[in-house]
Amino acid sequence: MLYREVGQYKSSYAADMAVFPILQDRIGIAVILVIAYVVFPLIGNDFLLNTILIPFLIFSLAAIGLNLLTGYTGLLSLGTGAFMGVGAYACLKLTTIFPHVNILIWVLVSGLFSSAVGVLFGLPSLRIKGFYLAVATLAAQFFLEWCFIRIPWLYNYSVSGAIEVPLRTFMGVPMTGPTATSLTRYLAVLTIVVVLTWVASNIVHGRIGRMWMSVRDMDLAAELIGIRLFRTKLLAFAVSSFYCGVAGAMMVFLWYGGAEAEVFAIDQSFLILFMVIIGGLGTLIGSFFGSALIYILPIGLRLIPGNFGVPIRPAAAEQLTFVIVGALIIVFLVVEPNGLARLWQIGKQKLRVWPFPY
Amino acid sequence: MREPAANETALGEALLAAEDVSLSFGGVRALTGVSFDIRKGEIRAIIGPNGAGKTSMLNVVNGFYQPQSGRITFKGEVRKSMRPYAAARGGIARTFQNLALFRGMTTLDNILAGRTLKMHRGFFWQLLRYGPALREEVEHRRRVEEIIDFLEIAAIRKVQVGRLPYGLQKRVELGRALAMEPDLLLLDEPMAGMNLEEKEDMSRFIIDVNQQYGTTIALIEHDMGVVMDLSDRVVVLDYGRKIADGTPDEVKRDKDVIRAYLGETH
Repeated sequence: MLYREVGQYKSSYAADMAVFPILQDRIGIAVILVIAYVVFPLIGNDFLLNTILIPFLIFSLAAIGLNLLTGYTGLLSLGTGAFMGVGAYACLKLTTIFPHVNILIWVLVSGLFSSAVGVLFGLPSLRIKGFYLAVATLAAQFFLEWCFIRIPWLYNYSVSGAIEVPLRTFMGVPMTGPTATSLTRYLAVLTIVVVLTWVASNIVHGRIGRMWMSVRDMDLAAELIGIRLFRTKLLAFAVSSFYCGVAGAMMVFLWYGGAEAEVFAIDQSFLILFMVIIGGLGTLIGSFFGSALIYILPIGLRLIPGNFGVPIRPAAAEQLTFVIVGALIIVFLVVEPNGLARLWQIGKQKLRVWPFPY
Repeated sequence: MREPAANETALGEALLAAEDVSLSFGGVRALTGVSFDIRKGEIRAIIGPNGAGKTSMLNVVNGFYQPQSGRITFKGEVRKSMRPYAAARGGIARTFQNLALFRGMTTLDNILAGRTLKMHRGFFWQLLRYGPALREEVEHRRRVEEIIDFLEIAAIRKVQVGRLPYGLQKRVELGRALAMEPDLLLLDEPMAGMNLEEKEDMSRFIIDVNQQYGTTIALIEHDMGVVMDLSDRVVVLDYGRKIADGTPDEVKRDKDVIRAYLGETH
C-alpha cells in the first residue's frame, strides 16, 4: 500500500517522462543520497569506506560503462579491463606532465583517452557482431595489456613496472597518494559516480538511448528510421569506454594507490561482464546490483565465520565463499535470467498491488 | 468502398518512378526490367504470387538492395546507390512483412524512435536532458501521442512491444512509420496473419493515413478483397516481371493476371 502511484496525476508530458515518475522513488533516491553523503562518512571506518564502498562504486561505474555498450547497444565487449587501463595510464601521464591541474579533472579527462581508444577498437563493429565482435575486442584487450607492460613510458619508467600514484592535493587536502584519507577519496569517488550515473540516465532516456536500443533490438529497422548504424555504434563505444576509463583511473588513483598491468587483465573484463549480466543487461540500477553481488557479497560472507564464532579455518572459509557465491549466481540466473534488476522490478510491481496478488 | 477521389489523385505527378529495374542474387533473377510509378497521394498496391519479387521491389525502393540496372527517380531526383538511412531522410518509411519492432522497448519508445530524424538537439544537451533537449522530447511526445490516439493504442503506451499480441504489434509498427511523417509509406503485407476484424481496423487506418495526412502509400498484400477496395492502382508482378498495371478493375480482368494466379489452362 505504501508504494503506489495512485493519486499522483501527471499533468504534463515532462512529468510523465521524468526518470522517476513516482514520488516514492524520488524519496528513495534522496534517502540513498543522504545515507551515502552523510551517514556513511559519519559512521564509516576505514574498512567500510576503503574496502567496501569505494570499490563497489568504482565497479558499478565500470559496469555502467559496459552496460551502455553491451546492454543498451547490444555490442559484446571483452576489452573492458583494457579500456579501464587506458584511463589509468592516461591519468598517470597527464598528472605527471601537468602536476598542478586538479587530479579529479585528470581522472575525468583520462576517460576521453579511453574513449578514443574504444572508438578505434570499435571500428570492426560495423561488419561484425555478437561473438565475433567479442573476439575482436579481445584483441584490444591483449594488445593494450601488452602496451601497459612493454612501454615503460606509460608507467614513467618506474623500476617495479607499476603505476605509482603521486601525492596530489586539492585545496590543501591530499586527494591521492599514501596520505589521502579514505574519507576524501570516498567522497571524490561518490561524487563522480553520482554525476556520471545521472548523465548516463539522461543519455539512455533520451534520443541517443533510443538509438542505441534500436540498434540492439533490430538493426535493419533502425537503419530504416534514419539511424546511421556505424556512427551510433561508435558513439556507444566512445561513451562506454569513457565510463570504463574513468573507473580505471579512479581504481588506481583513488582506491589502490598503485597498480600493475595485471589489474587490467582479461579477468577484470570478465568480472565486469558478469556484473552486467547478473545485474541486468540494459538497466543502470542492475549495474549497481551486479557490482554489489559480485564484489560485496564475498566480503560479507568472509566476515561471517569470524564475527559469529563459526569454527572454520580461514582458508576453508575462503573456499566456501567461492562455492556459495558461485551457487548464488547460478540460482539468481535460473530464477531470473534477465538479472537482478528484473527481480527488483517484479518486486516493485508486487508491492504496488499489495495486498492483492495482481 | 473508397470515394472516387482516386481519379483526382491519379492525376498527381509521379512521386517515385522505377524504370527498367533488374535485380539478381548470384544467378537468381529477382526482378527483370520492372517499370512502374507511384503518384503523389495514391494508394498503390503491388501484388503477385509468392516469390514474384514484391518484397524485393520494396527493398530496392528503400535502399536495402542496389539494383544491377535500371534507375529509380524519387521526388524528381534520380538516385544512384543509396543506403536505407538516406531513404529515410528522403521521406520513405516502411513496415515489414514479419515485424521489425524494437522488442525490448515500450510502444512509446518505439514510436518516439521513429522521430529520431526530426530531433536535432546535440549530444551535450542530451547529457543534461534539460532545457532544449527536454523541451524537444516533450514536443515530440506530443506528436507521438497524436499517433497513439489515431491508432487507438493508448492503453499499451508503456508496454514492452515484445509482449503485445501480433495485431497490436503490427499497429505499433505502423505507428513508428507514421512518426517519421513520410512522403511515401511502404507497407509489406500489413494484414498478414490478421483476423477479419483486425483487417478492417488496419484498412481503416490505411485509408485515414492516406486521406488525412495525404501520405502516398505503396502496399503489398495477398488479400485480394483488401487490395481491390483500398488501392487506386495495382501493379502485378510474376517471376520478377511486371505482367499488369492499372486500376483494380482493369487488373482483375487481365488475362495474364488470371493465368498467374490460377495457373495455365491447357
